[in-house]
Amino acid sequence: MRGVEKRYGALSALAGVTLDVRQGEFFGLLGPNGAGKTTLINIIAGLARASAGAVAVLGADVVADYRKARRMLGVVPQELVFDPFFTVRETLRFQSGYFGIRANDAWIDEVMHHLDLDEKANANMRSLSGGMKRRVLVAQALVHKPPVIVLDEPTAGVDVELRQGLWQFVRRLNRDGHTIVLTTHYLEEAEEHCQRIAMLKAGRVVALDTTQNLLASFAGPHPADLEDVFLHLMQKH
Amino acid sequence: MTGFATLLYKELLRFWKVAFQTVGGPVLSALLYVVIFSQALGGHVRVFEGVPYTAFLVPGLVMMSVLQNSFANSSSSLIQSKVTGNLVFVLLAPLSHAEFFAAYVLASAARGLVVGLGVLVVTAWFVDLSVVAPLWALAFALLGSMLLGVLGLLAGLWAEKFDQIAAFQNFLILPLTMLSGVFYSIHSLPPAWQAVSHLNPFFYMIDGFRYGFFGASDFAPGASLAVVGVSLALLSALTLQLLKKGYKIRT
Repeated sequence: MRGVEKRYGALSALAGVTLDVRQGEFFGLLGPNGAGKTTLINIIAGLARASAGAVAVLGADVVADYRKARRMLGVVPQELVFDPFFTVRETLRFQSGYFGIRANDAWIDEVMHHLDLDEKANANMRSLSGGMKRRVLVAQALVHKPPVIVLDEPTAGVDVELRQGLWQFVRRLNRDGHTIVLTTHYLEEAEEHCQRIAMLKAGRVVALDTTQNLLASFAGPHPADLEDVFLHLMQKH
Repeated sequence: MTGFATLLYKELLRFWKVAFQTVGGPVLSALLYVVIFSQALGGHVRVFEGVPYTAFLVPGLVMMSVLQNSFANSSSSLIQSKVTGNLVFVLLAPLSHAEFFAAYVLASAARGLVVGLGVLVVTAWFVDLSVVAPLWALAFALLGSMLLGVLGLLAGLWAEKFDQIAAFQNFLILPLTMLSGVFYSIHSLPPAWQAVSHLNPFFYMIDGFRYGFFGASDFAPGASLAVVGVSLALLSALTLQLLKKGYKIRT
């Protein structure tokens, strides 16, 4: 991301964000509500267009070379969205098809298995609980085996069991070489999983370092956790 | 299967899964029109020489159903996806704006044509109908259904709420179809209203389609087809441009 700006009229949602996510890393994008995290993700995913600057996914510009960029990207949106007309399997087959992948049932079955969706394969999306719908969103982002996976607050409103299962699966994907970009308000999750973290405030990057260095940089009365660092940085900037 | 073919298939399946409502309902409405109008007016009205009123009415109803349902398909599908947020799955995919456009428009045309065929099949029981120029009828049905599919896509892009689509449907599509000569020949109108009717693009589609059945029409079919074709080209160009810019779908 190079000098990414996003303006909505007089409001500046992103004020020149420059950062690199390295291939294969588990990267955290943190910040308070309204910091610009989702706007930045939307620009990476092509759901929004930057007012200035450029974004590339593994070398493919998200505007000029959008087909290539989108094929390399799997995005789990923050909102719990679904198409009420279709079953889980149909939803996943359609998503594969949109990416030009035919006969993808073996991989779809594997993804459903890892997300404990096997029994719901033929259930209509409408009939699923919130947690199950969240799992389908994750599965949809993975049907085309993208090398880069973006998770926008994937555990918001999700029970403990799914959270643990989800992290296990995401860590496995990361070990297999997938780059993971995560936004979350649960800082302990970011601390546990992310190798590097960028903190955003009012559309600017106010910190960018390894999780270890960020923790070490905090000189407080007790051993720091990421919440201490986060609050300190947000007050400072 | 390419992304385009998948999106087209998804859009087709979307209306077919609820065919009772999306196909059966409009067919029943058209059937009621035929029953009521042929009973009430059948013996009193002659429009074309030698053509009973019910026979005159049926092609108009078929085309009206084609147009209304083509519009309903793309407009309702897009506004539903926008309001519920599931359009994001299509927007995240490596589909071009032209593929998006073609899939929505072709699925809409398909629904319009399926409903039109259904209306033709059930109303054929009531009337002895011949088709003297089937290619003309087919050309108007195809272009008309695509034109209304594009218009539905445009309305779906523009609208932010369901009631805006309903307003589009009730205050634009419905009056334009009802006043396009489905139930009467515009030659039976006073000259001023005839002139107004010529400004209604739906008139050319209904009139041209009817020519395919009787070989007679209010307006020359070639000129009507040109009006429809040019309208389709202009509206398509506008809609494609809006889709390319991501108008109201990409921020």
